[in-house]
Amino acid sequence: MSKITSAFRSGKAFIPFVTCGDPSLDVTEQIVYAMADAGADLIELGIPFSDPTAEGPVIQEANVRALSAGTTTDKIFDMVRRIRQKTDIPMVFMTYANVVYSYGSERFIRTAAEIGMDGLILPDVPFEEKAEFDPLCRQYGIDLVSLIAPTSHDRIRMIAKEASGFVYCVSSLGVTGVRSSITTDIGAMVKLVKETQDIPCAVGFGISTPEQAAKMAAQSDGAIVGSAIVKICAKYGKDCVPHVKEYVKSMKDAVRNAN
Amino acid sequence: MSKGRFGVHGGQYMPETLMNAVIELEEAYNHYKNDPAFNAELTELLNNYAGRPSRLYFAKHMTNDLGGAKIYLKREDLNHTGAHKINNVLGQALLAKKMGKTRLIAETGAGQHGVATATAAALMGMECVVFMGVEDTERQALNVYRMRLLGAEVIPVSTGTGTLKDACSAAFREWTSRIDDTHYCLGSCMGPHPFPTIVRDFQSVISKEIKEQMLEKEGKLPDVVMACVGGGSNAIGAFYNFIEDEGVRLIGCEAAGRGVNTAETAATIATGRLGIFHGMKSYFCQDEYGQIAPVYSISAGLDYPGIGPEHAYLHDIGRAEYVPVTDDEAVNAFEYLSRIEGIIPAIESAHAVAYAMKLALTMRKDQTIVINISGRGDKDCAAIARYRGEDIHE
Repeated sequence: MSKITSAFRSGKAFIPFVTCGDPSLDVTEQIVYAMADAGADLIELGIPFSDPTAEGPVIQEANVRALSAGTTTDKIFDMVRRIRQKTDIPMVFMTYANVVYSYGSERFIRTAAEIGMDGLILPDVPFEEKAEFDPLCRQYGIDLVSLIAPTSHDRIRMIAKEASGFVYCVSSLGVTGVRSSITTDIGAMVKLVKETQDIPCAVGFGISTPEQAAKMAAQSDGAIVGSAIVKICAKYGKDCVPHVKEYVKSMKDAVRNAN
Repeated sequence: MSKGRFGVHGGQYMPETLMNAVIELEEAYNHYKNDPAFNAELTELLNNYAGRPSRLYFAKHMTNDLGGAKIYLKREDLNHTGAHKINNVLGQALLAKKMGKTRLIAETGAGQHGVATATAAALMGMECVVFMGVEDTERQALNVYRMRLLGAEVIPVSTGTGTLKDACSAAFREWTSRIDDTHYCLGSCMGPHPFPTIVRDFQSVISKEIKEQMLEKEGKLPDVVMACVGGGSNAIGAFYNFIEDEGVRLIGCEAAGRGVNTAETAATIATGRLGIFHGMKSYFCQDEYGQIAPVYSISAGLDYPGIGPEHAYLHDIGRAEYVPVTDDEAVNAFEYLSRIEGIIPAIESAHAVAYAMKLALTMRKDQTIVINISGRGDKDCAAIARYRGEDIHE
């Protein structure tokens, strides 16, 4: 069992996201510790990209802030090295294909594994293109997380069959960002995955309130929240850590016993 | 290797949410491209609505003035809406209509693709939304008004550099949120498969006509075919039917902005490296960490940090050459062609004219160059006047 899969062992998982370097990598490091303390089961570390085409305005702006602050892939790797001396909470990178490819796919994935990352999410790499990265991920022991969307239909079984770590269920059409309601039949998507492979499924995109998180977690194995956290970082800047911690705790409390 | 590859380039690097949409598009295209009724309908539109075939004009004064190769101008600027963009748009709009789509979205740089899409939407009774970088809405204000006049909604995009790449990202984001009734009418030979192939096929009418027209006028194929390259749709259209004719030199003219040794350039082949962006693997202007560069050119239509995957491949195998042309050279050519032939080219097309002015001198008088004049320059007059220090009101 991969470390990511084990993150789903103790009840429903809560998976927070943070954009690395927004407002600084020192703050990101503190956010990671706070999230772990608050009960996060797995943490998504976003490596900023200049043109994040799957993100809504909130995370787009966080990427701009992080890059303007001088954040680079190498500096993020250094931050992870520091983090790994203090916590072994499962962590995955979320970024775009070009960030990995441009660094040298093998060099990026080998380094990520060496410094203790557990997985990689690339929203612009669908099933058809995963051969570019997946064999390297398997070679170095990193889970390349597969995404399924409300439009995936007949593709779900094909994707689930070869998925590793967990399956990222995109809750609704569109880009990342807070939504007032989610109408997709998540239960049906998760059922299709589970019929193909016994692998955890977590739901992301649009979740911001404890009620939404509980509802999504009830139909799956966990909830992923990005934009709502990034909004807190944007609002409080370098003083955001306690606010993020409080929020993560409330969300974990909401999903822990969701059914 | 996945579908839609040109050597190592191309592919489908898209969010899962859009995968069934691009697969559906590919299936529909493969069906209709061989459908006689579809092709008859498209040809009728191209001929009687857009004004094809476009003329191949012998530029006598330019030829005499330069004193080298004979220069022909392929007059895509005479098409309805004033550029080559309409060729692709009529094809895609008709295809979208057959697929049951009722709404077209598009990105636009100079505004020519946006105007063409708004035109096709008006013609076919479809809704239309055009994304345009906020920077470009200012330097191409006339085209913004044209699109609105045609019934399209124009959404200024202020993220990133507020130019073509950001408009393109915004259009992809919009498509992700609304797929059922919406076709993304991509304007260049870029993006995920099948777009580079679809756009190339619809634009290849340009080289098909050039070939016939040159055989008729000169009794032989041209020595050189040249075109400006941003994403590369007019160039791939002008090149495609000549790829098999090894004796024909194919030259793409990239926008070098203030020069390839400055940061203010958009010359992808000259300054970019292999990457993955906007659905495709190709060459991109980027920094050492893969962050896409904030490129620059005086030409909004060439102000893009990448190049279509088929051009990247033609470059790799040495079948086509790509040369950088600066703002200054393009503006000079813009003014030169206006004065010497009475033809005001788009500032994009002026990049190709500029390189032809250098190349013609080095060629024999019995040799021929065809320059694709991809669009007309009315839209650029105010910006060029400003470039020359003259503040005119549009």
